[in-house]
Amino acid sequence: MASLNVLAVVCLGYVALLFLVAFLADRMASRGHSARWLRSPLVYTLSLSIYCTAWTFYGAVGYAARSGLEYITIYLGPTLVMIGWWWGLRKLVRIGRSQRVTSIADLLSARYGKSNLLAIGVTILAVIGTTPYISLQLQSITLSFAIFAEADPLRSVNETQTVFWVALGLAVFAILFGTRNLNANERHHGVVTAVALEAVVKLVSLLAVGIFVVWGIAGGLSQTLQRIDASSIGQWQVDGGRWAAITFLSAAAFVCLPRMFQVMVVENEDERHLRIAAWAFPLYLLLISIFVVPIAAIGLELLPQGSNPDLFVLTLPLAEGQQGLAVLSFIGGFSSATSMAIVAAMALSTMVSNHIVMPIWLRWQEVGASVSGDVRDVVLLARRLSIAGIMALGYLYYTISGGGAALAAIGLIAFAGVAQMLPSLVGGLFWRGATRAGALAGLTVGFAVWLYTMLLPALGGGVLPTHILAEGLFGIGWLKPHALFGIEGLDETVHAVLWSMLLNTGAFLIGSLATFPSPLERLQGAQFVDVFEHSSGPRGWLGSVAQAEDLMIMSQRILGAGEAQRFFQAELARQGGRGPLPEPTPAFLERLERELSASIGAAAAHAMVGQIVGGSSVSVQDLMAVADETAQILEYSSRLEMQSEELSRTARKLQETNEKLTQISQQKDAFLSQVSHELRTPMTSIRAFSEILRDADHLSATDHTRYAGIIHDEALRLTRLLNDLLDLSVLENGQVTLNFSAGRLGDVLDHAVATALADGSADLRVLRDDATDDLRLSTDLDRLSQVFINLIANAEKYCTAEQPQLRIVAQESGDWLFIDFIDNGAGIPPEYRTTIFEKFSRVSPERAGGAGLGLAICREIMQRLGGDVGYLAGQEGGAFRVSLSLRREIAA
Amino acid sequence: MGRHVVLVEDEPNITEAIRFLLTRDGWKVDSHADGTDAVDVIRAAKPDLVILDLMLPGKSGLEIIKELRDSDELPGLPVLMLTARGQLKDREMAERAGVTRFMTKPFSNTEVLTAVRDLHAQAGLNRAAAGGREGERTDLAERAGQG
Repeated sequence: MASLNVLAVVCLGYVALLFLVAFLADRMASRGHSARWLRSPLVYTLSLSIYCTAWTFYGAVGYAARSGLEYITIYLGPTLVMIGWWWGLRKLVRIGRSQRVTSIADLLSARYGKSNLLAIGVTILAVIGTTPYISLQLQSITLSFAIFAEADPLRSVNETQTVFWVALGLAVFAILFGTRNLNANERHHGVVTAVALEAVVKLVSLLAVGIFVVWGIAGGLSQTLQRIDASSIGQWQVDGGRWAAITFLSAAAFVCLPRMFQVMVVENEDERHLRIAAWAFPLYLLLISIFVVPIAAIGLELLPQGSNPDLFVLTLPLAEGQQGLAVLSFIGGFSSATSMAIVAAMALSTMVSNHIVMPIWLRWQEVGASVSGDVRDVVLLARRLSIAGIMALGYLYYTISGGGAALAAIGLIAFAGVAQMLPSLVGGLFWRGATRAGALAGLTVGFAVWLYTMLLPALGGGVLPTHILAEGLFGIGWLKPHALFGIEGLDETVHAVLWSMLLNTGAFLIGSLATFPSPLERLQGAQFVDVFEHSSGPRGWLGSVAQAEDLMIMSQRILGAGEAQRFFQAELARQGGRGPLPEPTPAFLERLERELSASIGAAAAHAMVGQIVGGSSVSVQDLMAVADETAQILEYSSRLEMQSEELSRTARKLQETNEKLTQISQQKDAFLSQVSHELRTPMTSIRAFSEILRDADHLSATDHTRYAGIIHDEALRLTRLLNDLLDLSVLENGQVTLNFSAGRLGDVLDHAVATALADGSADLRVLRDDATDDLRLSTDLDRLSQVFINLIANAEKYCTAEQPQLRIVAQESGDWLFIDFIDNGAGIPPEYRTTIFEKFSRVSPERAGGAGLGLAICREIMQRLGGDVGYLAGQEGGAFRVSLSLRREIAA
Repeated sequence: MGRHVVLVEDEPNITEAIRFLLTRDGWKVDSHADGTDAVDVIRAAKPDLVILDLMLPGKSGLEIIKELRDSDELPGLPVLMLTARGQLKDREMAERAGVTRFMTKPFSNTEVLTAVRDLHAQAGLNRAAAGGREGERTDLAERAGQG
C-alpha cells in the first residue's frame, strides 16, 4: 500500500513537473522562437481536453454504473458541436481575435454595445455556475486521497483540511502562470502547454486502467462483453428525454463554459487549428470514454456493495493490488481536476477583474486613469485576488454542500448554469436584431429559473426550505421547483433545462424584438454577424482632443512600458507621421482601445480611453447623430458630385455652343464689314464726283463727261453688288426656286459665251469642243448658264496672257459631266485656290469691278444643282471644273 | 511751308476725285495704290501730309501708320485715314496706332478739304512752337499723333 507520504511526494513531483513545463514553455514563447509544437494544432486539441475534468475521469464511470450508457451524452454534445458546428466555432474564434476578446463575458459585453452591466451579469452567472464545478474537482482530489488514506494506518485524513490545501495549491499555480502576462495576445503558453501535458497523462492513465481491467481482470474482450451484458448497464436503458436534454446541455456548455472559451478562443493561435481539432478532439473523447463501461461493469461486479462507483478507476487497481497503476490513475484524476480548476480560475479571474473590479476601481479613481496609480499593477492584483476568491468559493461550496452529491449531478448543474449564456451568444453571432435588453432579459430569466429549479434544490440542507420544494413558492402549486406550471413527472434535469432554456430564449427574443438596438450595438452587431466580411470597422472615438502623452502614459501602465512603446511606434510608422507620438486619430484610438481591451476588457478599455479623450465616453446619441450626419453628408456629396458632373457637361456644351456662336458672330461681323466696304467704296466715288460736278465752275467738257461716266460705272457696280448679295442670300437661305428644264449643253454654253462677252470689247478667244454639245441636260439651265457666264467673265477679266484664250472642254464620266474652263493666263496661286470660293475674296489687288462674290455664288448654285465647282490644278493657266451629276436630276 | 501730300488709295476713282480736289486747292498730290511699299514711298517723298486708306492690298493702313510712327524719320507728320469700314473699333485702333484724323467713306469733298487744311495748319503751329525748344518737339508730335 502506497503511503500517503509517497502519494504526497508523487503529487508534489508531478506538480513540479507541470511548473517546469509551464515555465519552459512560457520562456520559449517570450523569447519569440518558440518551438513549432507549442503552437501546433495538437497542443490546441489537447488543451481543449480540459472539457474532460475529474467528472470525466472519475465521474463517468460512476455515471455509467448508476445510469448506464447515458454518460455518453456528455461526450456526444461536444462531438456534435465540433463536427457539426465547427463553422460557428470558427466565427467565434474570428470574432474573439478581431475584437481582442478576453473572455465570454467580454464577448457578450462587446457584442451588446460594450454593456458593462451585461458583462457583470455574465460574470456573476459564470462564477456561480463554475463554483460547484471547481468544488467538484476539489472533491474528487480529496476523495481520491481518502481512498489511499483508508489504507494507510498511520495517518488519518481530515478531508476539509485536504480540500483547503488542494485549493490553495491550485490557486498558487493559477496565479503564477495565469497572471504573469496582462495581454491576452501574449497568451498563456505555459498554462496551455501544461494543460496539454495533463491531457496526455489523463488519457494514458485512463487507458491503462481500462486495458488492465479488460485484459488483466476480465480476461479479454469477449469476456468483458459478456460481463457487461450480465451487469445492469447491459440493459441498455435509454431515456430519450434525458438523452436529448443532457446532450444539448453538454453541447451548450462546451461552447459557453468560461474555461472552454479561454482555451478555444482566447488561447487560439491559429484559426486553422480548429479544422484539425474538429476531428481530433472527438477522437480524444472517444478514446477517453471507450473503457468507461468495462470499468464500471467490472467494478460493480467485483467490488463490494456500497463502494463509491465514482472511484472505481482507483479502487479497482487497488483491489487487484496494482499500486503503481492506482498511483498512475490517481495522477490522471489529479491532472483532470487541476487543469480544469486552473484554467477555470484564470478565465473567471479575467472576467471578475475586467468587469467588476476594474470598473469599480475606475469609478473610484475619478481623477482619471492616467494620473494616478499603475493600472497594470491594479489589474494583476485584481486577477490574483479573483483567482484566490474563486478557489475560496469552490472550497466554500464544498463545505456547504457537504461533498455528498454525486460528481455527475454537480457537473450537470454547472453545465445548465453556463448554458444560460447560449441564446445570447448564438443570437449575438447570427442575429443583428439581438439587443442588450434581450440578452439581459434572457440571461436574467434563465439564470433565475436555473437557480430555482436546479441549483437551490441541489444545495439542499436548509438553503431552500423543504416546503417550497414540496408545495411551491408561497404555497403556489405551479411554482414548485421541480414541477413548474404544473408539469409533473418530468425528470428533474430535463425539467430544469427545458424551462430555463425555453424561458431564457423567449425572454431574449421578446426583449430583442421589443427594443431597438443602440447605434453602438448595431455597429458591433454588424461586426459580429458579418465578421468575415469586415474584420474591423467603425466603432468608436470621434474626438481627437486627446493628448497623445496621456494615452501613452495610460497604455504604459496597462500594457507595460515596452509593449506600449512598440505599439505607439508601430502606429507612428503607420501614420507616417513626424514627431515623437502618433496623432490620436479615431482609427488609432480604436486600435488602442482594442489593444487595451485585450488586457482589461472592452468596457473598461472603452471607459479609460473615453476618460482621456473626452473626459467621458462618447454617448450613443452623439455617435448616432454623427453617424446620421455623416450618412447625410455622404449622400449630399454624392448628389453634389452628380450635379456637378451634369453641370460640367452642360458647361462644356455651352462652351462649345458659345465658341460656335462667337465664330458665327465673327463671320457675320467680317461679312458686314466687307459688305459695308464694298458698298461704301462706289458710294464714295459717286458722291465725290457728283459734288465735283455740282460745285466746279470751270470743268472741261471732257472732264465733265468723264466724271459723269465714273458716276455711272460706280452706280452699275453698286447695282451688281446688290444683285449678287441678294442672289447669295437667297441661295444660302435655301429659298431659291429652281426652274428645271431640258436642253442641249451646246446651247447653254453658246448662250453663256455670248452673254459674257456681250459688250464685244474683250479680246478673249473662246475655244469650244463641240463633241458633247448634243448632251441633253435636265437642270435649271438659267442657273447653270449663270455659272458659266461668271467663269467666262473671270477669264476675260483676269487672264493676263497677251492673246488671252479660254478652252471649254466637256466630258462624260459615268454619271458625271465635267465642264472645264481653262485659260492661258498665269493661273491662281495654290494658296488662294480654295479661298477664292469664299465671299469677298479676291486674288488680284486690282479692282476689276467685282466684289469677290462671283465664285461664292457659283459654288452655291452648283451645290444646289447637285454638283460642284472647283479649281482644276495641273493646267497651264487658270482652270475651273464644273461638275454636274447626270443621274441626280434634282438636287436636294 | 510746302503743300505736298501723298495719297495711298487703291480705288482709282477715289484717287482721281481726291487728286482733283487737292490739286485745285494748291496741293502737289502723289498717289500710290499699293500698301506693300507705301512706307518707303512716303519716306522718300517726305510730304507735309499723308492720306491713307485703311484697306489696302499688300499691307493695311494700320500697319503702315505703325511703321511710320515707330521710326523718328518723319516726326509730327499729319496722317488722315480714310476707311470704308465704318466701325468704331477701326477708329479706336487707328487712333491708337498714331493716326491724326480718321474719316469714314463716303465723305463730302468739303470735309476732306477742311480736314486737310486743319491738319496742315496744326502741324505748322506745332513746328513753330517747338522751334526754340528742340526737346519738346517729339513729345508734341506724339501728342498730336495720339490726338
